[in-house]
Amino acid sequence: MQRQVALIKQSLFDQGYLDEQFMELEELQDDVNPNFVEEVATLYFKDSARLINSIDQALERGSFDFNRLDNYMHQFKGSSSSIGASKVKTECTMFREYCRVGNAEGCLMTFQQVKKEHATLRKKLEHYFQASQ
Amino acid sequence: MLNPGVVGGSSNSDPFPAGLRVLVVDDDPTCLMILERMLRTCLYRVTKCNRAGIALTLLRKNKNGFDIVISDVHMPDMNGFKLLEHVGLEMDLPVIMMSADDSKSVVLKGVTHGAVDYLIKPVRIEALKNIWQHVVRKKRNVSEHSGSVEETGGDRQQQQRDDDDDGGGDNNSSSGNNEGNLRKRKEEEQGDDKEDTSSLKKPRVVWSVELHQQFVAAVNHLGVDKAVPKKILEMMNVQGLTRENVASHLQKYRIYLKRLGGVSQHQGNMNHSFMTGQDPSYGQLNGFDLQGLATAGQLPAQSLAQLQAAGLGRSSSSLIKPGTMSVDQRSIFTFQNSKSRFGDGHGQMMMNGGSGNKQTSLLHGVPTGHMRLQQQQMAGMRVADPSMQQQQSMLSRRSLLDDAVVVRNSSRVLPGATHSVFNNSFPLASPPGMSVTDTKGGSSSATAAFCNPSYDILNNFPQQQHHNNNRVNEWDLPNMGMVFNSHQDTTTAAFSASEAYSSSSTHKRKREAELVVEHGQNQQQPQSRSVNPMNQVYMNGGGSVRVKTETVTCPPQATTMFHEQYSNQEDLLSALLKQEGFPLLDSEFDFEGYSFDNIPV
Repeated sequence: MQRQVALIKQSLFDQGYLDEQFMELEELQDDVNPNFVEEVATLYFKDSARLINSIDQALERGSFDFNRLDNYMHQFKGSSSSIGASKVKTECTMFREYCRVGNAEGCLMTFQQVKKEHATLRKKLEHYFQASQ
Repeated sequence: MLNPGVVGGSSNSDPFPAGLRVLVVDDDPTCLMILERMLRTCLYRVTKCNRAGIALTLLRKNKNGFDIVISDVHMPDMNGFKLLEHVGLEMDLPVIMMSADDSKSVVLKGVTHGAVDYLIKPVRIEALKNIWQHVVRKKRNVSEHSGSVEETGGDRQQQQRDDDDDGGGDNNSSSGNNEGNLRKRKEEEQGDDKEDTSSLKKPRVVWSVELHQQFVAAVNHLGVDKAVPKKILEMMNVQGLTRENVASHLQKYRIYLKRLGGVSQHQGNMNHSFMTGQDPSYGQLNGFDLQGLATAGQLPAQSLAQLQAAGLGRSSSSLIKPGTMSVDQRSIFTFQNSKSRFGDGHGQMMMNGGSGNKQTSLLHGVPTGHMRLQQQQMAGMRVADPSMQQQQSMLSRRSLLDDAVVVRNSSRVLPGATHSVFNNSFPLASPPGMSVTDTKGGSSSATAAFCNPSYDILNNFPQQQHHNNNRVNEWDLPNMGMVFNSHQDTTTAAFSASEAYSSSSTHKRKREAELVVEHGQNQQQPQSRSVNPMNQVYMNGGGSVRVKTETVTCPPQATTMFHEQYSNQEDLLSALLKQEGFPLLDSEFDFEGYSFDNIPV
């Protein structure tokens, strides 16, 4: 089981879903805080869902307040990077770039990617944590 | 090892840096959780907070409860830089900024605002392991300054004193060296006719109503613009009064005038209004000034320096140089230096946050450093005028805080004194320099703001500003803010609409702050802080945080350094405040006064 968990984890890294920041988090885990990483991940997904929602709504409105969108995404990017969500972070960066140049189309498109990566990571991590139990 | 007196964190065996009391502020719960865990792993005592407003409240309530603050830059209720300024001004704690944004401009902003460090997210634990160095460094800087200082730029107090004494007269420094502030102070102190250049405290001169009237009469006779301390002194012909006394008083007076004249532009005859009139003008000023300031605020760093140098009164390079205020970025106010602008400048400064009365938020952007002087002057002049205090405080506060308002527009990051110019990597913390406005020594920023006074005419922030441009100004402001704050409780509210915070600006003090309460540490007990109680202070829901500025009730001693600084400088002001019953320093930092709000997060 341990080995399996290790493999799962390794693949997440190899495929670029997670980066070294995730490892930093794991190092913070110890006997006193044995589920730290999972707790953080849970918190992240909960909080980021909220942000995604806000961005979705903002995009739906169609007004494209790029500043505001960028602000949201800045936050989202920040928390994603803090747990090592590498692909999500990359998409966030792209989104922000589109915001910067005021490309609404690009924003919409990229945001779909953001959501997709976010959902994928969530599933993979859930799987990983389950396996680690 | 931290000074026990100040920090009180570590106990006897000196496990330092273990036990370092860190306040971490970030609206992102994920980051906050991670940071907390990392900091705990470093054996620090962590309190986390998800709103800047709450953080400030906590800090105010527990003046000596924390050793260092780590804050995110982008937060919904208040811009991290604003928080930085406040902390610098009010508490003089080292503040580390963090952000996922690593663009040069933002990092620079951190520097100019006086952050001791800037961490790029995601933060690694290695970056946190050494944050204790900032605490030690700051303490060292402070203690260096407390002595005769000259070298290091003196402690703020001294500067303060110097400023007071020197008053505007001595601006000689305009040397722009980086060390400038420090050196300047030194030079000034040595060169000037001040007698006690060093850290010696000069006997305070109490500016009684009568004495002030004589002063004003002399000034009017000579012409406000032309009045120089020496001549005023001669005209007044008061035994025992020194040129320095007059100079510093003049500085304050000019600031006062500016403030009054801000809206109404009536400078000259401020005497009367000086004593009495403040409110109305202030009120107007606020609105007015801000804008002015805002636009003005765009000064580039260099300009700021100039401004500062110019001081208020002076019209030097078209910048308004608030006499004492370091105009640095904030200088928005009245750059125009013309006298009439004084008013503006002041007016701007004055922005009152809401309290409406006299408070007139002082400098919106005015470097706090200056403000201090002004305040003092004001205090002196008005002595009993509560509004003065407020104003002053407001000013100080404002200047610091203003940043948001004013600066916002400008690309300058520097918020003015509060930001304490990082220039020399002085920790923002120096602000406590409050006591000192004297920028002379270049004492870390904070003091700088105050110190300026050296110029004879209010204006300049003189030396310091030059050097650092940013430095000085930045520093000053923070200080100013601080100083004032203490005095005025109410005004602070006026200060700025305190956006997030102030939700109810009125409360300033009362807020019991559940948040704060949680905080286990009290300022009073440096050592025994309970580590955890305050671990987290969260604000949910957006917005309801009210930071009411709780007036920190720490006992005077609690503030240790802070107090000291204040007490020294403010002679008048403190006297004034005391009269008013405001605890010096400590409590007054009402946060509410600040108008953070304008800062777009």
